[in-house]
Amino acid sequence: MTPPGDGGRDSAVELRSLVKRYGAAGHERRAVDGLTFSAARGAVTALLGPNGAGKTTTIEICEGFRRADSGTVRVLGLDPAADGRALKPRVGVMPQSGGVPGTARAGEFLKLVASFHATPLDTSALLERLGLTEHARTPFRRMSGGQQQRLSLAVAVVGRPELVFLDEPTTGLDPQARHATWELIEELRAAGVSVVLTTHNMEEAERLSDRVVIVDHGKVVAEGAPEELTGAERQLRFRARPGLGLEELLAALPAGSAAKESPAGHYLIEADVRPELLATVTAWCASHGVMTEDLRIERRTLEDVFLELTGRELRA
Amino acid sequence: MTTPPKTAPLDLSPAPGAVPLPRMIMSQAGYEFRTVLRNGEQLLLTLIIPMVLLVLFSATSLLDLGAGRRVDFLAPGILALAVMSTAFTGQAIGTGFERRYGVLKRLGATPLPRGGLIAAKTLSVLGVEVVQAAVICGVALGLGWRPHGDPGSVIVLLLLGTAAFSGFGLLMAGTLRAEAALAAANLVYILLLAVGGVVFPLDKFPGPVRDVLELLPISALAGGLRDVLQDGAAFPAQPLLVLAAWAVAGLALAARFFRWE
Repeated sequence: MTPPGDGGRDSAVELRSLVKRYGAAGHERRAVDGLTFSAARGAVTALLGPNGAGKTTTIEICEGFRRADSGTVRVLGLDPAADGRALKPRVGVMPQSGGVPGTARAGEFLKLVASFHATPLDTSALLERLGLTEHARTPFRRMSGGQQQRLSLAVAVVGRPELVFLDEPTTGLDPQARHATWELIEELRAAGVSVVLTTHNMEEAERLSDRVVIVDHGKVVAEGAPEELTGAERQLRFRARPGLGLEELLAALPAGSAAKESPAGHYLIEADVRPELLATVTAWCASHGVMTEDLRIERRTLEDVFLELTGRELRA
Repeated sequence: MTTPPKTAPLDLSPAPGAVPLPRMIMSQAGYEFRTVLRNGEQLLLTLIIPMVLLVLFSATSLLDLGAGRRVDFLAPGILALAVMSTAFTGQAIGTGFERRYGVLKRLGATPLPRGGLIAAKTLSVLGVEVVQAAVICGVALGLGWRPHGDPGSVIVLLLLGTAAFSGFGLLMAGTLRAEAALAAANLVYILLLAVGGVVFPLDKFPGPVRDVLELLPISALAGGLRDVLQDGAAFPAQPLLVLAAWAVAGLALAARFFRWE
């Protein structure tokens, strides 16, 4: 069931070679530098990257707030800069902060936005779901940061959009509010809504997303399903006395394995971790009279992937 | 009294669609109207100060208002002040802060188009002016006001005045920082109250100064209303012309320079 104007494509968002420059000529900075990715319909796509990576600029171009300097943007098959009128009823937007008058009461503002839509959600049920019922009459400026964030999310979804853009939906939320937000995002996905969100929280990206697009310096550095990105690769960690002969251990392991000691007494072995490998490592330790502690096998995290790709920490 | 953690499931399945534009505009206008009437600082400018001036100078002889009944001179001036407070000061401050806090941007993401938002703001301003006019006229009549003249001319003057002040209010809101708009709008309100023939008669100023002051939008509105309501003039051509010029200039500048973010 594809609405008209979509050209039958199944992308909710399609970006090609997007470029956005800021600053005066000569001193300009490319906030978005040739970014290409697509977000599938009915899926959750996360733009993951550190602050300043260009996530918000990208999303604001999709929302029609900014124009790209070059490249193409298609949102639900339409051009957000030219077809804003047609897109707006179909797209929900949660900006990073603010956007609600300080004096507006939460319930009143939500009702206002609901009133623009033909078949909106029931606003009291939505407030209740997000734990805002008792703040329905609280002016926006007197709500906590977390409450403001949740109201903003409510405003984004109240019109029953096909696609929502959520810019850092859980930044600054306490764990309980974060889980309420995650549940709502999961329900949106289950209901067939396409979700594009930005985050620098890898747990959020891993838990919620069908597809993660890792962005740094305005470019896509990797993308894929979270499991694809972290890969089947596992790693082995253990503690033992410092100064083990890793060269010798490596010689016993399959080619392509790597081992390092950092800090002293903490060992990491990156290899195709199979039962045989585990046996080899423990046998080698036994034959050298080495007692291992905290021996564990881990999957790589998105944080590791990011560090590997960019040489930087995600939260830096 | 704890609420159950899980509530009835929300049907989040997509069902997008906007209501017709006039309904969106009415909805936004109603919201803005209620917001203004709830805002204490705004009410101070739009109702309390005009009321205090009307009652104070009508009931006392603190000001020399020339021949004729004091309230007949004051009521038209206070009506003009009311229009300026809502269309200019209120909009410059209110819309300025909406811009600053990203409200205009956020509304820009809803199905309400920008033109619809401006239409809603205009309706809300007119609604507030109706409330102001009802209160001011009620009190003035209670003080013995006897208005004359053609209601049609009064309405045209008020509408042109609203257009002129709205244009400059939105120009300020859309170009200055919110704090600067706040300060400037209040300053202009006080200055024009002082030198615009609202309560202090312009004929107290020296001739050449007076000629210039008469070209101010507030003087044109106050003077025009006085020509009709106090003196029974049918069609106050000069004030109407002055107001029309300000309206065209203000709205054109606002349309050209207003920045939404």
